[in-house]
Amino acid sequence: MGDSQYSFSLTTFSPSGKLVQIEHALTAVGSGQTSLGIKAANAVVIATEKKLPSILVDETSVQKIQLLTPNIGVVYSGMGPDSRVLVRKSRKQAEQYHRLYKEPIPVTQLVRETAAVMQEFTQSGGVRPFGVSLLIAGFDDNGPQLYQVDPSGSYFSWKASAMGKNVSNAKTFLEKRYTEDLELDDAVHTAILTLKEGFEGQISGKNIEIGVIGTDRKFRSQTGLRLVSNGASKQKVTDKWEQKICMVWKLDMLLKCHVK
Amino acid sequence: MSIFEYNGSALVAMVGKNCFAIAADRRLGVQLQTIATDFQRIYKMHDRLFIGLSGLATDAQTLYQRLVFRHKLYQLREERDMKPETFANLVSAILYEKRFGPYFCQPVIAGLSDEDKPFICTMDSIGAKELAKDFVVAGTASESLYGACEAMYKPDLEPEELFETISQALLASVDRDCLSGWGGHVYLVTPTEIKERILKGRMD
Repeated sequence: MGDSQYSFSLTTFSPSGKLVQIEHALTAVGSGQTSLGIKAANAVVIATEKKLPSILVDETSVQKIQLLTPNIGVVYSGMGPDSRVLVRKSRKQAEQYHRLYKEPIPVTQLVRETAAVMQEFTQSGGVRPFGVSLLIAGFDDNGPQLYQVDPSGSYFSWKASAMGKNVSNAKTFLEKRYTEDLELDDAVHTAILTLKEGFEGQISGKNIEIGVIGTDRKFRSQTGLRLVSNGASKQKVTDKWEQKICMVWKLDMLLKCHVK
Repeated sequence: MSIFEYNGSALVAMVGKNCFAIAADRRLGVQLQTIATDFQRIYKMHDRLFIGLSGLATDAQTLYQRLVFRHKLYQLREERDMKPETFANLVSAILYEKRFGPYFCQPVIAGLSDEDKPFICTMDSIGAKELAKDFVVAGTASESLYGACEAMYKPDLEPEELFETISQALLASVDRDCLSGWGGHVYLVTPTEIKERILKGRMD
């Protein structure tokens, strides 16, 4: 790629100074499923809708929240396949950083590298911008952090943010509910309620996904949580964070019962 | 004769109580002929991190330039100074990149962490780290330095005692090695200050 005379960049300026390709990418994100993130006092929560095209799809095979490093998780809105490319590149970047410095990559650095990849795809020949926005949640020496990265390659740190369908409604809802001293349980509750606001149909544990990271610096997504709560019935959970996570999971179960 | 012994060098770092010292001789020779008597082999990366490079002087200087380059980029990118452990891993990685055509240097790294905990380490020319709690040595005088340090070192020395110990160890060792000597250069680093001192020894 890049040596053919037709491999010029597709992202070119319109006479008015806009890059329409990027705007189209943002439209793709805007019509994607809703995702949101909330930074609490000592934790970060990210959550997303997980609507499947048919009830015949095995919902356990779909995972929208993924790990970049043990202490950094990511969720996307927009095109799933595009997000996997970014996840693969980000994981590689994190691993390279670790190989060089024998130290986990700081959240800011990983976000910057990921954003750089997205920017590159707005200026290179023979490629198109990514049709996804990412919410990256992590916990490192600088505490809990939440970043949103857009197809243009711009990134911002948020206290709480949403993207995808119903962004404006979700953001207004978050603005109303957000306080500086939010605890993990409240944050998870707020996240679920925000998703519920714009949800078409009945919300349940099967059509949303939640990921949390706290002071133990281990990112856990819902599939991980289910394992914990199953194990919890057999053996006593002593780890402080796992106890909290179990509570969160119960909250989710509660919601499920409530809906039924 | 090994290429590591071409210019001659003596390098030592010691840990004290919330402080460390790093010292080197000042001779630059070409085999038995002395070229300079004010040669610098210890470099400051930032206020609490030092690296000494023993071995072939030309490679030491090139390696130092590369390390400064990488460290400056890191500072700009991450807006912080490198931790001593992190820097040691970077040096190790840079050395191993040249696994089959190495820099003929044996580095000694000494630094203070953000919590004022001292860190010292040395590695071979292809980056195999050797961490120590007490002292590390390198260079043509390393054998005699081991002996001197083992005899003189005590744990948890106060800064001025540490300075005396490292200086005596260095001066005693270079007298047993004809490729290093001509006085010494000592850095004494505490959480609040850096003391740099030039030692006069047997100047011959």
